[in-house]
Amino acid sequence: MFGFFRKARPDTSAGAARDRLQILLAHERSGRAGPDVLPLIQRDILESIKRHMRIGDDNVDIRIEPGDDFSTLEINIELPGTSAPRATVPG
Amino acid sequence: MGKIIVVTSGKGGVGKTTSTAAIGAGLALRGKSTCVIDFDVGLRNLDMIMGCERRVVFDFINVIQGEAKLNQALIKDRRLDNLSILPASQTRDKDALTQDGVEKILDELREQFDYVVCDSPAGIERGAQMAMYFADEAVVVTNPEVSSVRDSDRVLGLLSSKTRRAETGADPVKPHLLLTRYDANRVAKGEMLPLDDILEILAIPLLGIIPESTAVLRASNVGSPVVLDGKSTAAKAYEDAVSRLMGEQIEMRIQKPERPGLFQRLMGREA
Repeated sequence: MFGFFRKARPDTSAGAARDRLQILLAHERSGRAGPDVLPLIQRDILESIKRHMRIGDDNVDIRIEPGDDFSTLEINIELPGTSAPRATVPG
Repeated sequence: MGKIIVVTSGKGGVGKTTSTAAIGAGLALRGKSTCVIDFDVGLRNLDMIMGCERRVVFDFINVIQGEAKLNQALIKDRRLDNLSILPASQTRDKDALTQDGVEKILDELREQFDYVVCDSPAGIERGAQMAMYFADEAVVVTNPEVSSVRDSDRVLGLLSSKTRRAETGADPVKPHLLLTRYDANRVAKGEMLPLDDILEILAIPLLGIIPESTAVLRASNVGSPVVLDGKSTAAKAYEDAVSRLMGEQIEMRIQKPERPGLFQRLMGREA
């Protein structure tokens, strides 16, 4: 019967351990995927756009925003020229 | 062809060597020919936990460098005749652990044995990387404690990137969580991370839960793998883990917290 109250109690030290781990590991895992994958994705996107229009190497900006429940991959592509509109593709 | 299993954790002192000895002996008890290998060059201890420290003549590095044949370095267990131990070198530099040398020995061992269980050193340096590099499956030993869970997460990252299976694009190394030193009473009091939280964080299948047990120190005192005492809760938990490693479906025995008696309730529950 006391178990019910214990489970509902958020301020146990074990609860603090879980919360700290979840925040830290979300950060560490995104860092782990980051340096390897991001430049490759950036290169692939640049290559496929270059096949169809003229674009500078630094016109693709790509980043991962780590979050608690999910992370977002944000890709901003700047298209130069007068007729081409500035396109933003949220990922 | 035998299976290569690495017992790893990142963090030291969580029970890698105890678990290697218990799993190795447990597999042998189940009739599987098994070899346990110590990868901790310079700090070998598997020989003591297995109780064969006075029978070491040649070691892993001697075999890599061609100074001894593999069968000269293998020590046959005196209790189980299908169990062998390959000790680490106590004196050599760990750079002597070359990838080619390790591969040659593991290839030879998997011809002779059903299971080759590699006891990784702590950390993520060369010895630990060599212990995991050729593995088919990994037993990630974790304590219900923040630094151990964090290090296990790091090791899982390495298993999925810095192994032969990862580098050649083969099926990934199969990870198993072995939760050790689990104390259901402290979990019930909110003092220890519960199983569910650890499973949610690490997100790998559970191989077993080894309860905190006095039998583990007793077994190490006398140099006998803890499964050989047969009766303790830890021995039973390791036996179950071995069955699961062999692919059997076994229900998880979860130790129930002790209910305080009337006397304890009246007197308060200060530990």
